[in-house]
Amino acid sequence: MDTTAYLLTVVVVAAVATFLTRALPFVLLYRWADHPLLKHLGRYLPPVLMVLLLMYALKDALVTGEGLWPSLAALSVVMILHLLLRNPLVSIMSGTGLFMFLTQSGLLV
Amino acid sequence: MVPPVRAAFGLMNTDNNTSAIRLSLPVLFGYIPLGAAFGVMFSELGYHWLYAMLMGIVIYAGAGQFLAVGLLANHAGLVEVFVATLLLNARHMVYGLSLLSSLKLQGPRRWYLIFALTDETYSLLSMLQTGCDQLRARLQFRIAALNHVYWVAGCTLGAWLGGQIEFSTAGIEFTLPALFLVLALEQYRAVRRPRVFVLALAIGVLALLISPDNMLMLSIAMAVSLLVMARGGVEWTRLRIF
Repeated sequence: MDTTAYLLTVVVVAAVATFLTRALPFVLLYRWADHPLLKHLGRYLPPVLMVLLLMYALKDALVTGEGLWPSLAALSVVMILHLLLRNPLVSIMSGTGLFMFLTQSGLLV
Repeated sequence: MVPPVRAAFGLMNTDNNTSAIRLSLPVLFGYIPLGAAFGVMFSELGYHWLYAMLMGIVIYAGAGQFLAVGLLANHAGLVEVFVATLLLNARHMVYGLSLLSSLKLQGPRRWYLIFALTDETYSLLSMLQTGCDQLRARLQFRIAALNHVYWVAGCTLGAWLGGQIEFSTAGIEFTLPALFLVLALEQYRAVRRPRVFVLALAIGVLALLISPDNMLMLSIAMAVSLLVMARGGVEWTRLRIF
């Protein structure tokens, strides 16, 4: 197989595998959408997943400690601003701005 | 109850493009640098940048595409590509599980939305609670499509510019953890069960201690098992999957 054909085959295989993981619940469990257990999961999974995704996004900082303090400082700002103003864009952008400043300036690193 | 996201994002009228753009803006700032990082890595393989764009369009998975670069570099076999991608993206199954009843789109747009269900798209969609099914469906579709556009733009830019980019924007990808934190806070307003959040934190820490590399999949598997067990065996047997 020449390299372009190989690349294209890999792309197709990766695309199919990714789509399968996303489509399976809808194909297999569609009939049970109103089942109490699935409703229970539908209610409690989002908060759990949001916490886990947050930790996953911070994984490197948590494991290596690199950028941990800027991350924690910026997250505190996000949290305080969001509790005060409840404006996601303001909290997210302020936190990101602070994080970029802290890491690029080398403060708190 | 005021729908959380509408209130949170200050949207009175959800029936226009601006609201989908505003909701997805944090993802824009995350996807461009992340997609560009993929593009830069991909360009080092020596392929044309158009292929990076193609991967962004048809695979559309952050971690999945980074993995693909590694597999391509090692000339991995197709079975290996399939299995590795499937395992890496297994967490997506859980997203579908929790969106089953709120996904009212039908036809091609439904399948597009399922295809486009990334971590970030899922987290935005799970917060949408506008009363009207039709409005919500339209907003769901627009958010998914916008996020897809941001991602493809990032992949293309990165591969096109290759190593030429100067990353003075270092740290801008912090928009993603910031977004997840905001959405977690909004989930707390909606669910108000401190136990659920403490449990999630504990599971996350445990998974990090066991295996940082597989943290997300491991923690999601533990969380789903715990939630199912908490519900009791009776419901489980009534599901009759097997």
